[in-house]
Amino acid sequence: MDTITKKKASEKNPKTMRVSGAEAIIHCLLAEGVDLIYGYPGGAIMPVYDELYKFQDKLTHILTRHEQGATHAAQGYARVSGKVGVAMATSGPGATNLVTGLADAQIDSTPMVCITGQVPRHLLGSDAFQETDIIGISTPVTKWNYQITRAEEIPGIMAKAFFIARSGRPGPVLIDITKNAQFDELDFQYEACTGVRSYKPTPKVKEANLELAAELINTAKKPFIVFGQGVILGEAENELKEFVEKSGIPAAWTILGLSALNTDHPLNVGMVGMHGNYGPNVLTNECDVLIAIGMRFDDRVTGNLETYAKQAKIIHMEIDPAEINKNVKVDVALLGNAKETLELLLPRIKKNSHESWRNEFSLRYEEEFKAVIEKDLHPKKEGLTMGEVVEEINKASKNKAVIVTDVGQHQMVACRYAKFNQSKSNITSGGLGTMGFALPAAIGAKMGAEDREVVAIIGDGGYQMTIQELATIYQNKTAVKIVVLNNDHLGMVRQWQELFFERRYASTVMTNPDFVKIAEGYHIKAQRVTERKNLKAAVQEMMSSNEPYFLEVKVEKEDNVFPMIPSGASVSDIRLK
Amino acid sequence: MEKKWFTISVYSENNVGLLNRISGIFLKRHINIEGLNVSKSEIEHVSKFTIVVNTTEDWTRKIVAQIEKQIEVIKAFYHTDDEIIYQESALFKIDSHLLFDERQIQNIIKESNSQIVTVSREFFVLAKTGRRHEIDEMHDELEPYGIMQFVRSGRIAVTKATMPISALLNQYENEK
Repeated sequence: MDTITKKKASEKNPKTMRVSGAEAIIHCLLAEGVDLIYGYPGGAIMPVYDELYKFQDKLTHILTRHEQGATHAAQGYARVSGKVGVAMATSGPGATNLVTGLADAQIDSTPMVCITGQVPRHLLGSDAFQETDIIGISTPVTKWNYQITRAEEIPGIMAKAFFIARSGRPGPVLIDITKNAQFDELDFQYEACTGVRSYKPTPKVKEANLELAAELINTAKKPFIVFGQGVILGEAENELKEFVEKSGIPAAWTILGLSALNTDHPLNVGMVGMHGNYGPNVLTNECDVLIAIGMRFDDRVTGNLETYAKQAKIIHMEIDPAEINKNVKVDVALLGNAKETLELLLPRIKKNSHESWRNEFSLRYEEEFKAVIEKDLHPKKEGLTMGEVVEEINKASKNKAVIVTDVGQHQMVACRYAKFNQSKSNITSGGLGTMGFALPAAIGAKMGAEDREVVAIIGDGGYQMTIQELATIYQNKTAVKIVVLNNDHLGMVRQWQELFFERRYASTVMTNPDFVKIAEGYHIKAQRVTERKNLKAAVQEMMSSNEPYFLEVKVEKEDNVFPMIPSGASVSDIRLK
Repeated sequence: MEKKWFTISVYSENNVGLLNRISGIFLKRHINIEGLNVSKSEIEHVSKFTIVVNTTEDWTRKIVAQIEKQIEVIKAFYHTDDEIIYQESALFKIDSHLLFDERQIQNIIKESNSQIVTVSREFFVLAKTGRRHEIDEMHDELEPYGIMQFVRSGRIAVTKATMPISALLNQYENEK
C-alpha cells in the first residue's frame, strides 16, 4: 500500500495516517484483499466514489445497471471464488435496491459486504432527500448491519464486517455510512478483526457425539448421505469424498450442495427435493440412518415433515446451532465446521460397500430414466427440451463450466442434468428463489473465475428482470455465455397452474421481444435456435467464442419438470409424471 | 404442543438496533411479545432483555436459538415461571371519590398489598408489585368500580439456576 506511506502521518500518532472517511473505506477494502467491487453511485456515496476514482489502479469498480445487479454479481463472485463479495450503493433507492440481494445472500449463506451511503448525521430521521432507514429495512435480511456516523468508527467496523461476513456460517453484512463520516478525517490504522466476544462462529465438535454418530453409521444397513452447501462453504469436498468412499454410503445433494462431489462419482445418487431424483427422494423414507452434512432441511427438500424419514436415525452435521432440530428432530447433532467434523469422524468409520442398498438407487434410477430422463435428454418429439440443451452444454464444456441458473423450470432441469467435476461450479438462487439472479450473478462468477467458462442458463421470465446487465457485460467485455431457454411462459408457475389450478394460466403467458435483437443492441453476438438440427453447432459456436455470447433456444412451450413432489406431499409420494 | 408462559432472558452488547433485530424474530413467527424489559445486567456494559411470551416450548426453544445466533447476543435462555423469581409492577389510576364512597376499595388496597402513591382531589394512584396473576386479580377486583388508567411494566426476573455469562465472557478473553 504505497499510497499509505505517501500520506502525511498523523501528528498525534506517527503509525497512523490522516485520511478522510471515504479514503479510509478504500484502505479497509484493500486491507481485506478486495480488488473488485460492484456498485452504482449517487449523492450520499459520492465521496467514496471520488476515492474509487483515485484508487482505480488497485480497486476495480464495476458499474452495474441496477443496484440489485450489483448484489447478485457480488454473490456470483463470492460463490465461485469463496471470497467476500462487495457491493456499494447510495442512500435511499440505491440502498433499498440491495434488499433482494441481501435476502438472497442471507438465506443462501453467501459472504457479502454491502456499503451504502447515508444522509449526513444531522439530517438523520428528518425525511431528508434520499433518506431511508436501511438499517431498519435490512435487519431481517442481514447477518449483521451497522450505521457509521463518525469517521473514527470506519476501520473497526469495516474489519468487523468482513470478519462476520466470512466466518462461521457466512452471510451478508450491510454498513451504512453517513456522508459526514465520509468527509470527516480520522487517524487511520487498520487491524483485521479476529473475534467478536458475543459471537461464536464455529462451535467445537463434541467427541462423545462423534462416537455416537460413528456407531450409528458403522452399524447401519441402509445409510444415506444428504449433503448441502456447508460442504462447499467449509471446503470439505475432499473429506466428503473420502467419507463417501470409505463408508460406501450413497450420497445425494441439495441444490446448493451440487458440485461439492463430482456428478459422475459412482456414489453420487443425485438430487433430493421437490424436483430431485426419484431414488434419493423415495429412499429417504427407507434408509435407516440419514446423515445430513451442511444442509438445513429446507421444506423444498423435506416435503411434508410429518412423513419425512421417520424410520431413520438422523445425524446432522451443521455449523449453525439454530438449525439443529429446527425442522427435523435429529438423533445426533454434530455441531461444527464440516471439514473438521468429517476429519474427526473419518478414522472412526469402518470400510463398507453397501452393495445391495446401492442397487436400490440404481433400480430407481432406471425407472426414472425410462419415465423422465430419456425423454428429457433424447426426445423423440419435435419440440426442443431444456434437458437436451443442458446436455449439449455439458458435452461442449466437457463438464468443466460454471453453470449459473436463475429460478424456475430451467433451473431445475439444469441442476438435474448439468455435469460437474469441480466444486463451486453451480451458482443458483436456492433459498430465496430470486428470478433475475442469473445474469448479474454470471458476471460476478466470470470475474471471480476468469479462466473458467461461465454459462448462464436463464428462462425468458427471469432474464427480463435484470436484462439491463447486458450493458455491464458489454462495457466490461465479460465473456459470459448466456443461454435463454425460451418457452414464452413463466414455465414453473404455468406447470403448477396446469397440475393444481385446472390449467387456468393466469398471467403466465409471455409475449416476448426479439431477444437476439436486444442482445445485438448491446453489441453482444447472438443466435437463435428453433430446431434440433441446429442446436449442437450453435452451442459449440457459443462455447468456442472468447467473447460474451447470447443464445436463445426456443423450447417446447408446455413441458413440465418431473419428477415432482407436490407441495406439502411426502418425499416418497414423488411423481414421475 | 401446549402453550405456556416463558420468560426469555437475553444477555447482549448494548447496541442500537439490537431490539429491532430481536423483535423481528418474534414477528417472523407471528408471536406476540407479552412483556419486555431492557436494563443493564450484573455485568458492566452488558444489557439484559427480559421477554415474556405465551407459546409452545418447541417454538420458544427455536426462537431462543435464533436470538442467540445474532452477532451481538452473548447468550439467551428461556425459563418457565417456576424456574425464576420474577416481578411485574402496575399502576392503577382511580377516581378519588371511590376511595371514600366505596368501602370495598379500601379492602382491596389492604388485601392486595398495594401502595397508594399519590392522592389528589380528582384521582389516586395505586402501585402494585407482584406476580402476573396477582396484578390480574387486583385488576379484576377494581375493574367494576372503574379504572381511569392502567399500566403494567415488563417483567423483571432472576433465575434460580446460575447464568454463567461472566464465565462465557472470560472464556472469550482467555481464548483471545
